[in-house]
Amino acid sequence: MATVRVQSAPFDTGAELANLLAGRTDIGGIGAFVGVVRGSSGEDALVSMTLEHYPAMTARALTRIAAEAETRWDLLGCTVIHRFGRLVPGDPIVLVLAASTHREPALAAASFLIDWLKTRAPFWKQEERQDGSVSWVEACASDDEAAARWESGT
Amino acid sequence: MLKLLYFASLRERMGRTEEDLAIPAGIATVADLTKHLQARDAAGAAAFGESSLVRAAVNQEFAPASTRIRDGDEIAFFPPVTGG
Repeated sequence: MATVRVQSAPFDTGAELANLLAGRTDIGGIGAFVGVVRGSSGEDALVSMTLEHYPAMTARALTRIAAEAETRWDLLGCTVIHRFGRLVPGDPIVLVLAASTHREPALAAASFLIDWLKTRAPFWKQEERQDGSVSWVEACASDDEAAARWESGT
Repeated sequence: MLKLLYFASLRERMGRTEEDLAIPAGIATVADLTKHLQARDAAGAAAFGESSLVRAAVNQEFAPASTRIRDGDEIAFFPPVTGG
């Protein structure tokens, strides 16, 4: 059963790794991805990124994504934590962890989790820039393509 | 009655986060409802004008435009998601 959380507060990656490992010795590897607000320089440098979500749906969508990973790979633990609210460059946004007996399923599942999350979880990013402009981030085709590669062949 | 929710750029264009709507005559699917809202007023035209950029969820599940709607449904409209 995966751990899924949607929160405005920062997460503690070390504590989450420890939670997966607590009281067991059968895990051989944990695949991890941490998404971070990427800054930029110049007049239009990023000041903040605000994440809006659909509270009644978000946890359910993330739980479904984690359950799909658990169906596809033999996982011994899975954690998905996604933040919302106003974040600044350098702030972590999202954490996915996938534990398994060996590295291949752990890394593949972590990659799958973030790819699917980007196209199947109800979050929207709004960017505030140094020049005062505020705009919504548009979905990019490369994210759809990254998610689509998991559609076939598995 | 339907509960309609709007998120992100659609929320801004509609000028509201949610509304209750009695199912209008002849509206059977999400696509029908989208057309109705687009034709209703200037805000609807702005929000739903580019229908290729509108996604929907019915009762907290992503739903294609062909999805049938029923009294009591919660229907959310939003642009393509950008989380992660």
